[in-house]
Amino acid sequence: MSAPFAKLPAWADYGLIPLLNVTAAFLVSGLVVLSIGENPIDAVRILVWGAFGFGEGIGFTLFYATNFIFTGLAVAVAFHAGLFNIGGEGQAYLGGLGAALVALALDRYVPWWITFPIAIAGAALFGALWAFIAAWLQAYRDSHVVITTILLNYIAAALMGWLLVDHLSPVGSMAPETRTFEAGAQFPKLGGLFEAIGLDIGGAPVNVTFFVALVAAYAVYLLIWRTRLGYEIRTTGLNPVAGVYAGIAPARIIIIAMLISGALAGMMALNPVLGEQYRLQLELVGGAGFVGIAVALMGRSHPIGIILASLLFGMLYQGGAELAFEMPDITRDMIVVIQALVILFAGALEHMFRPSLARIFAALSGSRKTAAASEVS
Amino acid sequence: MDLLIQILDSAIRLSTPLLLACLAGLYSERAGIFDIGLEGKMLAAAFAAAATAALTNDAWLGLLAGIVTSSAFALLHGYASITQRGNQIVSGVAINFLAAGLTVFLGQAWFRQGGRTPQLSAEGRFRGVELDKYPELGAIGQVLHSILRPIADIPVIGPIFEQIILGHNILVYLAFLAVPLTWWVVYRTRFGLRLRAVGENPAAVDTAGISVIWLRYRAVLICGIMCGMAGSYLSIAQSVGFTKDMSAGRGFIALAALIFAKWRPWPALGACFLFGFLDAGANIFQGRDLPVIGAVPVQFIQALPYILTVILLAGFIGKAVPPKAGGVPYVKER
Repeated sequence: MSAPFAKLPAWADYGLIPLLNVTAAFLVSGLVVLSIGENPIDAVRILVWGAFGFGEGIGFTLFYATNFIFTGLAVAVAFHAGLFNIGGEGQAYLGGLGAALVALALDRYVPWWITFPIAIAGAALFGALWAFIAAWLQAYRDSHVVITTILLNYIAAALMGWLLVDHLSPVGSMAPETRTFEAGAQFPKLGGLFEAIGLDIGGAPVNVTFFVALVAAYAVYLLIWRTRLGYEIRTTGLNPVAGVYAGIAPARIIIIAMLISGALAGMMALNPVLGEQYRLQLELVGGAGFVGIAVALMGRSHPIGIILASLLFGMLYQGGAELAFEMPDITRDMIVVIQALVILFAGALEHMFRPSLARIFAALSGSRKTAAASEVS
Repeated sequence: MDLLIQILDSAIRLSTPLLLACLAGLYSERAGIFDIGLEGKMLAAAFAAAATAALTNDAWLGLLAGIVTSSAFALLHGYASITQRGNQIVSGVAINFLAAGLTVFLGQAWFRQGGRTPQLSAEGRFRGVELDKYPELGAIGQVLHSILRPIADIPVIGPIFEQIILGHNILVYLAFLAVPLTWWVVYRTRFGLRLRAVGENPAAVDTAGISVIWLRYRAVLICGIMCGMAGSYLSIAQSVGFTKDMSAGRGFIALAALIFAKWRPWPALGACFLFGFLDAGANIFQGRDLPVIGAVPVQFIQALPYILTVILLAGFIGKAVPPKAGGVPYVKER
């Protein structure tokens, strides 16, 4: 991919260029705010205050960030295998079904910490199974995973709508949702933990799923950079032909990477279903699957980058709610605009600043020869 | 019988935006630029058209605004994927979100109706015209009336013809006319030959001394114009204004139809009409018991276009092979 572009020092490649791209995205977002006659600097101040200025805000920011860590990791694992999984939304929706079925079966009989691992497994399993359809079609039927995951998002929405309206809602209830889970399927919130460090997060729904997300991020790091399978995934992603030479079957890698990706996306549903609402509802994913795309691109598909990008988007979600309250003209749809611009600048236009930056570096190092050489290559 | 006429009439109206968007995608993808941003371009056009029509009370100005806005998004996609050689899928995703966010954000800031645009007056919309009122439209209307009236007077088929085919707004006819036009452009003109070539083997086109970049930009622009018509149709012909997320996945159904049609114009008409027909049927049969099958969940019919396309992609109904150079940025050899 980098063939037509000049080479840059590593720190510029991994630090400066992503920073420039994200800065550009936020500058354009500022222009959008300016265009409707509001002050973007005031907006940023309210946003940051809303996200980090008080305990409950921080709690909500971490709650949203939990969702995005999962979906961001899901997109990233697929990216490493050279696949673009746009189906996080549908996989997370199905993951919610898996988690809720476990919860409905166990909540009256066992304490939460027994439900906890089984619900994680249920969410991961259902998310992975939904991703498996697209994975199989890509691996053995040569149909593009992007198209199939988009289609499967819509099929998942229809399937879940049908299940919730006609089958999962309690008899006599008109609301398209399951019954409320009892204590055996309610993940503990982190209020007490934060109180221990002197922070009152009020009613913020951040719960133990946050730690599951952090563990998942570490596990993805180990998987991708410290295991044989991770090496095979990266090789297939960078150059499937070279992978075949090294004895790596691309079909197997596609299936495994998509199963892991789907499982991660599915686990996102634990956060709203067992951590916040204690029931399965329509639209529980609420766009988090798509935010994962922006998060993975911004975090350069590295778990640390993903956690940081998730905190940023968690901040945008929570701060955006405060902002919509303080400046009614700036609705929460502004977050979708920012998300789009991050995807545009950090993703589709990621090489935009590279040529001029390369020229600056060449001029700085003074060695015009190397610059000319790299232009030729 | 009346029910069938009702469904067919509704199917024509519902397949119009799909058809316009599907043919739009055909131009772009045949030139090797994948476009999953059809949805976003439609949505942006729907908003621009409704906002302009609400302010000017002129449907044609609304359509123009829709086309210009959609084309701007198309050029952004072109800049990212042709000039910057970025990932076309990522760019398409960005465009979808940009449209979804900006339309509601600007709509709320400008009109303060929760992201809606004000309800349009009759002049601000494209409306269907009854056959008997054609002469009021001027000379062309009189000629059309003198040709069509005798057909509509034929016993049995005449009234059916009048109810199903006639009485739609002008965008519906433009959409259906675009099918033979697209066939002619793609298969019978020099531009079409080059368009297909650049989607299969851009290096060969380049070797022949034809600019790959300019050719692809033109394809992307045609895509933008037609998506603009599709989106404008949604807000100022089919409805009386813009509502949040009103494209509701139609861009993706159009994309599914394009794959279903294997990137060819006439099959695209068939696929779009099939999906429009399913949609019309779902609206009419919602909650009713069908003979033989019993009550079909409405969600199943809504998901049917997607399910059918997945089955197609699985290779059980023929094989859909996309243009060979699709999705690959062209790098001139140095």
